[in-house]
Amino acid sequence: MRHEAFILAAAFGYLALLFVVAAWGDRRAEAGRSAIGSPTVYALSIAVYCTAWTFYGSVGRASSQGPHFLLIYLGPTLAMLAAPFVIRKMVRIAARQRITSIADFISARYGKSAGLGAVVALMALITSTPYIALQLKAITVSHAVLVNYPAPADAALDQPSFWIDKSFWVALVLAVFIILFGTRHLDASERHEGMVAAIAVESLVKLVAFLAVGIFVVFVMFNGPGDLFGQVASTPALSQVLGLEQVPGGATGWVGVLILAVLAFLTLPRQFQVLVVENVDETHIDRASWVFPLYLLLINLFVVPIALAGLLLGGDGADPDSFVLTLPLAAGAEALPLLVFIGGLSAATGMMIVETIALSTMVSNQLVMPLLLRFQRLHLSGTGRLAAWLLGIRRVAIVVILLLGYVYHALIGDAYSLVTIGLVSFVGAAQFAPALLVGLYWRGATRAGALWGLGAGFCLWGYTLLLPGFAQSGWLDAALIHQGPLGVGWLKPYALFGLEGWDIYTHALLWSLLANLGLFVGVSLFTRPTALEQTQAALFTEALHPNLPSASLWQGQTTRGELGGLLRRYLGDAAIERVFVDAGDGGDGGDGDSRAASPRLITRAEQALAGSLGNASARVLINSVVRGEALDLASILSILDTTSQTLEYNRRLEQKSAELERASEALRQANDRLRELDRLKDEFIATVSHELRTPLTSIRAFAEILHGDDGLDADRRRHFLDVIVHESQRLSRLIEEILDLARLESGRLTLNPEHLDLAVLAQRSVDAVAQLHRQRGIALAAELGDGPATVTGDADRLEQVIINLLDNAGKFADRHAPEVLIRLERHRNRYRLSVEDNGPGISPEERERVFDKFHQLQHNDDKRGRPRGSGLGLAISRGIVAHLGGRLWADAGPRLGGARLTLELPLAADEPAEAAMNSGH
Amino acid sequence: MTTPLRQRSRRGERLGALLVAAAILFSPPLLLVVDRMASATGIEGVLYLFGAWAGVIGLAAWLMESRRARGRDR
Repeated sequence: MRHEAFILAAAFGYLALLFVVAAWGDRRAEAGRSAIGSPTVYALSIAVYCTAWTFYGSVGRASSQGPHFLLIYLGPTLAMLAAPFVIRKMVRIAARQRITSIADFISARYGKSAGLGAVVALMALITSTPYIALQLKAITVSHAVLVNYPAPADAALDQPSFWIDKSFWVALVLAVFIILFGTRHLDASERHEGMVAAIAVESLVKLVAFLAVGIFVVFVMFNGPGDLFGQVASTPALSQVLGLEQVPGGATGWVGVLILAVLAFLTLPRQFQVLVVENVDETHIDRASWVFPLYLLLINLFVVPIALAGLLLGGDGADPDSFVLTLPLAAGAEALPLLVFIGGLSAATGMMIVETIALSTMVSNQLVMPLLLRFQRLHLSGTGRLAAWLLGIRRVAIVVILLLGYVYHALIGDAYSLVTIGLVSFVGAAQFAPALLVGLYWRGATRAGALWGLGAGFCLWGYTLLLPGFAQSGWLDAALIHQGPLGVGWLKPYALFGLEGWDIYTHALLWSLLANLGLFVGVSLFTRPTALEQTQAALFTEALHPNLPSASLWQGQTTRGELGGLLRRYLGDAAIERVFVDAGDGGDGGDGDSRAASPRLITRAEQALAGSLGNASARVLINSVVRGEALDLASILSILDTTSQTLEYNRRLEQKSAELERASEALRQANDRLRELDRLKDEFIATVSHELRTPLTSIRAFAEILHGDDGLDADRRRHFLDVIVHESQRLSRLIEEILDLARLESGRLTLNPEHLDLAVLAQRSVDAVAQLHRQRGIALAAELGDGPATVTGDADRLEQVIINLLDNAGKFADRHAPEVLIRLERHRNRYRLSVEDNGPGISPEERERVFDKFHQLQHNDDKRGRPRGSGLGLAISRGIVAHLGGRLWADAGPRLGGARLTLELPLAADEPAEAAMNSGH
Repeated sequence: MTTPLRQRSRRGERLGALLVAAAILFSPPLLLVVDRMASATGIEGVLYLFGAWAGVIGLAAWLMESRRARGRDR
């Protein structure tokens, strides 16, 4: 299985598989069915962070520096916890401004500065080259180990000339591979969905490979972790191998590298590419913020066991960086080493693919394009020429970048272990952090500040890490490290200004970031940003503001024809159609179209150009046809301010109007109530006047007769006086009742509640009306029970009610054989006193209305001479009963077949026992 | 209108607190305490780091996924 040809076939087969995945992803993207529209794929693509450095180097580092290797993964865990705040903001900005790379992002933030973009691109190129070299080294070393084992790998690596050096060929093959699927076409948003899909697959492969070797070592070579750790504990040479004393720089070194890992995770060009540029959906960040850390945890799970196993099994001669391979080889496994090799290849190629694509985009957009535009070499006729130019530039850039990596590897790569090279790159990339992260939140950061900060940080990085690296590999005199340049001790690169005892990365990070941040802030505070810088600063810092305009709107003027011509020249016909349709301006009218282009169309055109060329170049091109300026800062801020003010006003207005509505609703109800009361009052007064007038009229008539006619005989005179007295009584009774009613309705009726026996009261009332009933021939029966029926009430008032009921019943009983029945019975915890007659009864629809004021039933036989009531009796009775907490209602009488009126009162509250006893009778 | 906003900022605050807690868990003062108690090989320190790491990831997953679920509800 370790035959040279077989290994090559496996490696190429694996690359071919990746290519197929990438092509599939691209095809899906073209068909509009994105293959990477899942947060998990997004998280896996971020795992391009785990390179060959993780795959081989972590074990190497764990065996010499204890838990130090974990920092490189704990840092990104912290960064991902902050992702919903920080990365979401970057993603939103990148989507709005069509950002293509980290250089483009920083350039766009500081006024679409071409100079700043070029500096960042150049720095990214320089800091990434060692990292790419590291991947090449890992591939060639792992290949050599696999082929030559058990002979040492070193012998195979010393090649006299490059054409038989395998790394050279690896670099070339990869260049071809990356050109094939990284620059197949020029996407407007510079997204590479196929590449992302392939990277996600690679992340799975390397994870599976590493877990496989981990499980093999722990459970096959040893009997589980207990056995392994037991053996380690009994080996004195390995004591404290995992202790914190092993960490270079101690606590300071620990914190320093942790911070370094956080910053580098956000600023490495390939991480920016997958985190920000390739993000297809902002909401994926949420899931990725824990899935990616979980991935990191899993891939590191077996690092320590493998390292310990390697040290235990006397890997004195073997390089700890190769333990992952040599352990299964030593155990005689056949297939596993090949899987490990593929996993390592996967980790290395994944990094190289993304890094190279990100760098080539930067090189073409930030370095080459601005130069070409400046020298007017690109203002050529013909449509869509730009795409061909860009693709050509990028392809050349890819080859050059990979060859640079090879050269670095061939010349000085051997002097470093894997981890060392990686950390050098990390510190370099971390220099972007102030300009990138502070610029995201501080509007006052200026282009000049960013340039000075980046420049200073970069120089110090070169001096404290890169130069000593050259010295260590023999390119420069090693005296530089030990005695300082020209013997000046305080300038020693690893102990600048006499700061000794720190590990070299924390040391370099401190000085470079100190200078970087200091100059960045200091210069920013004392320089005046241009209008465009201010605009961009506002757009970046306020990116999450809900009312932010999607991009700076142009106020300048141009014709649609000119704009169309520009787009056609650089992007081709398909793109121009898309821009015009997107802007909602209808189709392209050709070069002769002299209508004015809308601000929205100009903005869309600039975005489309930015997506291919980068912001700075797009800006230059748009400026060449548009007269006028982009919306300035003041306008943007006023939009933000007015929109937030308007929102606030709206909110308050809404509150006010809701309050107003509630108030007016209450008023309306009160008004309705008042109208109703007013109507009732009018009605009442009309009725009362009418009722009062009737007796008054007859009194007056008889009085006038008596007054005018002296010849009346004594009998007639007496009869008239009787009528007058009778009507006067009726009148005063009526007035008494009206007063009662008024008191009831206004709540001023005074009742004297006391415990009383309803049976006694009813008996008294029966006695009171008995004489009258007898005169009228009414048969009055009473069933009042035996014992006392104690209720709470006002005796006089209740008697008035009962007499009224009995009186009414007498009036409405049958005219020929009138009968009235009064009954008292207990119903649960109430007493019901009902008065029944044998009259015609009350129809169901009339039963409530008899309680209305002045309501009088139609008397068909009114002329019987029975005294008419005022029509207030029942209304007053019901009011009194209600005041006493009872009810009064009318229904059909079950016994006599006429009407029945029932008065119901609750038992007196404090005498339930007595009442219960009574009910037992 | 105001309730979801408040909920969102509340979740943001929780995430921020988790971030700070993670930074403290992964840093020297606590780490040195664990290391001082460790045995000869120092394996406890590594176990502590992995444990804290897993705990932080678990909490983040819980925060994020419950946020997602609530987001769907709205």
